[in-house]
Amino acid sequence: MQTEERIERRSMTTLLPARVDNVPMIRIEPSKGWVSLKLRELWQYRELLYFLIWRDVKVRYKQTVLGAAWAIIQPFFTMVVFSLFFGKLAKVPSDGIPYPVFSYAALVPWTFFAQGLNQASNSLVSQAGLIKKVYFPRLAIPSARVLAGTVDFVLAFIVLLGMMLAYGIVPTVNALWLPFLLLLALITSLGTALWLSAMNVQFRDVSYIVPFITQFWLFATPIAYPSSLLPEPWRTLYGINPMAGVVEGFRWALLGTDTAPGSIIIVSSLAALTLLVGGAFYFRRMERTFADVV
Amino acid sequence: MSDIAIRVESLGKLYRIGKLEKHRTLRDTLADAFLSPFRRASKLLRGQATGAAELDETIWALKDVSFEVKRGEVVGIIGRNGAGKSTLLKVLSRITEPTAGFADIYGRVGALLEVGTGFHQELTGRENIYLNGAILGMRRAEIDRKFDEIVSFAEVEKFIDTPVKHYSSGMGLRLGFAVAAHLEPEILLVDEVLAVGDARFQKKCLNKMQDVGQQGRTVLFVSHNMPAITRLCERAILLDEGKVLEDSPSHKVVSAYLSSGLGTTAVREWPDPAKAPSGDVARLRAVRVRKENGQIADAVDIRRPVAIEMEYEVLKSGYVLLPYYDFFNEEGVQVFTAVDQDPAWRKRPRPTGRYVSKAWIPGNLLSEGMLIANAVVITLNPNTLQFYEHDAVAFQVIDSLDGDSARGDWAGKMVGAVRPLLKWSTHFSPDQTTQTV
Repeated sequence: MQTEERIERRSMTTLLPARVDNVPMIRIEPSKGWVSLKLRELWQYRELLYFLIWRDVKVRYKQTVLGAAWAIIQPFFTMVVFSLFFGKLAKVPSDGIPYPVFSYAALVPWTFFAQGLNQASNSLVSQAGLIKKVYFPRLAIPSARVLAGTVDFVLAFIVLLGMMLAYGIVPTVNALWLPFLLLLALITSLGTALWLSAMNVQFRDVSYIVPFITQFWLFATPIAYPSSLLPEPWRTLYGINPMAGVVEGFRWALLGTDTAPGSIIIVSSLAALTLLVGGAFYFRRMERTFADVV
Repeated sequence: MSDIAIRVESLGKLYRIGKLEKHRTLRDTLADAFLSPFRRASKLLRGQATGAAELDETIWALKDVSFEVKRGEVVGIIGRNGAGKSTLLKVLSRITEPTAGFADIYGRVGALLEVGTGFHQELTGRENIYLNGAILGMRRAEIDRKFDEIVSFAEVEKFIDTPVKHYSSGMGLRLGFAVAAHLEPEILLVDEVLAVGDARFQKKCLNKMQDVGQQGRTVLFVSHNMPAITRLCERAILLDEGKVLEDSPSHKVVSAYLSSGLGTTAVREWPDPAKAPSGDVARLRAVRVRKENGQIADAVDIRRPVAIEMEYEVLKSGYVLLPYYDFFNEEGVQVFTAVDQDPAWRKRPRPTGRYVSKAWIPGNLLSEGMLIANAVVITLNPNTLQFYEHDAVAFQVIDSLDGDSARGDWAGKMVGAVRPLLKWSTHFSPDQTTQTV
């Protein structure tokens, strides 16, 4: 039986077209200076990327009582706290939108960004075992972590739609821009995480710095307050923080705030792309030492 | 198109050790940057030279390694711990970059440096097969196709939808190996993964690997298991201190390795208990080969008896121990197994203490050449492996041409795993030849 099987397998391989001419050749040698991003290789490994995302999604809320509800609890309760202190007590303006919806519409993309940044910054260190034992484009690790956050985003976003319904707010046609805005948040999150995760391999201090960064960044982003508080040239410059563009974009697209964020978005997109491209090159440059140092 | 699968040319890998430690914090770097001028100044004041010694200490894990592997060749890599075997595989599988030289790889590479890499404890066996398969470079469709085969190879059918955290360690390892064994790359790099599981499963894995070799795949195989090397590989490379010491047919390399004192010798001792092979109950401290007069011997006369002794400690009292040896020749054939028969300790729970168990192999039994002993102790009821030390000791058996050994007056080549001296008798009847005319 077994021999029969083997014979069958052999004859099958002989039937296959000979691959001798197009055998992939890889040269392994020391790399010097800045290296290419090898995006094509990353594309070849897209199935692995898919499985890593799938794993992160599956595992994220294992052994928790509330499970996926955490994806909603975090932004929702932050919104409650913001509404109490900034909305009710400090009377922060909200571009004519009820304050809870105003802040929650910003907290949904923000949480996606912050969670992604947080998870991805630690991703290389927490998966040291993988890095030391298998080869694949390392860019897949932080990318998977950030992308896995989209599931949480969708859950929190559904709650946002529910809140809008409750307040009788109808989304505008501009909601078609939402995928682009989400992509911008993703690029910002991944771009920052590439820098931080690569540094974290060498300097574990980064794990302690990340919570600070997200905390400062939260208040440096118009989440609890509108960017319309700033006069014009400054408001556009505010876009240097890409999350400012994302957050104002979300409000504009969903809630119809009349502060069309055109110029902010352009500045934000440029800033986010710079962050991502720079981060990717830095990551690739540091990558060669990951397996030895992590 | 040439028939070369791997070409390695003056490959080198430099590791920094000592000063540059893992996980240094920013504070350390800053403190170093700030303090080192002072340290240096104070050393200068005390009249100590500063210079090269101050620099980071480095070590060449691989140095000037060159070799070629042909398509379809199965090559073993041997050498003692720290010889650079694993580093070589890590460089060839692109996990880490070389510092010097280069390597060309022609074909799709699959590397198996650890069993069950990326297994997630919370995921089920089924989910982990997909995850692990993807990590090792299998396509999803490929995993779909081989799924049932993998599950039955691992013998975990009943638990396939149970989270892996509820698996026994043996089941986890089996599942991990099963996935890896179904990889079908053109070039397979394997590191020491056969040191897993029970003996029966190890054998199954070895057979699977042998199949792989017969399918015309190129395999680089790192192992401490010399019999496995000689059985699976036609050629072997011996590494020592990052350099290639020998590169020739595997049985030659293995016997060079064994007799060079780099690996197995007639005496193995573990002065440091922390590093000794050990289970909960018993710990191996030494294995020795002795001649009749008690001398340590790495070569014995084929006609004389030879003793293999193992010295071990019993750490917990009240267990029945079963020491035994597995004997292999340099072709990797298991010649026989010898189980402790000493009536003094048979079926008797042992108190803690140090024991030396000696097994005498009679003269005129073994074949000429290398004999390798694996030293094992198990505790009975339930049967639990305490330690299994591969290639614990080895010695040469030398046949003389004196005429009183089993070869008699024959001076030519003799094959066979054993060479017992048998009692021969010849009956003679004169004048009874049959006439053919």
